Amino acid sequence: MSNKSLVSITDYDRDDILSILSSAAEFEKNPNRKILDGKVVATLFFEPSTRTRLSFETAVIRLGGSIIGFSDAATSSSAKGETLHDTIQMVGSYADAIVMRHYLEGAARYASEVSPVPVVNAGDGANQHPSQTLLDLYSILKTQKKLERLNICLVGDLKYGRTVHSLIMAMSHFDPTFKFIAPEELKMPDEYKVFCRKNNIPFTESDELAGNFDDADILYMTRVQKERFRDLMEYERVKNVYTLRNDMLSESKPNLRILHPLPRVTEINPDVDANEKAYYFQQAQNGLYVRQAIMNRLINK
Amino acid sequence: MEKELKVAALRNGTVIDHIPSDKVFKVFAILNLEKCTNQITIGNNLESKRMQSKGIIKVSERFLEEAETNKIALIAPNAKINIIKDYEVTEKRPLTLPKEMREIVQCPNPSCITNHQPVATVFSVQNGDNTISLKCRYCEKELKPEDVKLK
Repeated sequence: MSNKSLVSITDYDRDDILSILSSAAEFEKNPNRKILDGKVVATLFFEPSTRTRLSFETAVIRLGGSIIGFSDAATSSSAKGETLHDTIQMVGSYADAIVMRHYLEGAARYASEVSPVPVVNAGDGANQHPSQTLLDLYSILKTQKKLERLNICLVGDLKYGRTVHSLIMAMSHFDPTFKFIAPEELKMPDEYKVFCRKNNIPFTESDELAGNFDDADILYMTRVQKERFRDLMEYERVKNVYTLRNDMLSESKPNLRILHPLPRVTEINPDVDANEKAYYFQQAQNGLYVRQAIMNRLINK
Repeated sequence: MEKELKVAALRNGTVIDHIPSDKVFKVFAILNLEKCTNQITIGNNLESKRMQSKGIIKVSERFLEEAETNKIALIAPNAKINIIKDYEVTEKRPLTLPKEMREIVQCPNPSCITNHQPVATVFSVQNGDNTISLKCRYCEKELKPEDVKLK
């Protein structure tokens, strides 16, 4: 196993996270550097994710590296029944690093154990997506000028949303205060509340969005997915309760920034987009610099 | 009476006593005794002062390693392990949970890679405040010992 692999956000300690973020800031100043010249990166997407794949591939190409891989399992050898083990062995003998998205949870950890080259997890089912978490942190740092002692409000699907779970883990190094706003069906699971208590992280819970984030520095919105609901009437009710509109921001702090892992559907009204507090599109762009920092660390350090 | 005595007497080997009756065959399985060719005696639904009904497994001429017996701690934490040499109990072994369990427990998460590809399951044993949980190395899901299914 290559111990440089990035599978889960918990693979990185506080120093690792800070070093990625400061490196990302350097790449933001100058994203076109030939430091991966002559290197080959494989992007293996066993499940399609155009946004994530293009972001990683752009990161590598802007650093002078080349890309091999596939964007869909149907066009790969796994469609013929090849095991993940064999695919990784084969690709690992061609490439200097592997970026992998897989529909099975734990696929990335397993790949990192059998791969001769470092593996970056670009999402394994509902489990982990660490580059998303790092770009969330980068966006928080960039907009707040610090990571310590921030008031972070997490909204929407807190039960199944892997991004919010990883964000709690990553922010636990920086003395945050959390507010969890979710409908009953999608409340924050107990294991993360236990984690917060163990790490002395204060949190409150609510099922009301309006007027409930006026003390927040970060409002992290997530998509409430229809398929999570057994009762569709309940979904219709909840969907509108958790829609952020521009008029709800009038009492919020001036430094508040709104983040969303995208794609959004109805949870942020388009009238918010013009507000300077809307940061979700820049957030996605930050992903490029963070992924450049990750690839540089994996291949060059 | 005479028959019972024959069963009870073990010259050399391992006795696992005070197994809850509904766990006897799980213990048998977790120790991989199906493949053991030594003489094995299984008793079940026996009367017990300590518990309502108990089971017992005696494996002749084999001294189970600590790493093996510790696996039992997961499903029958109050079982008693005695190592017998020349009819004498030479060791009363306490059960301690191992830190890691490899290829013993099946991951309950249907989307976990270990349920789809030839990947050995590995669970780390985590001790919380009075609670024990197992965490899958791969999908990172946690489960309680009472929900454990053996492979």
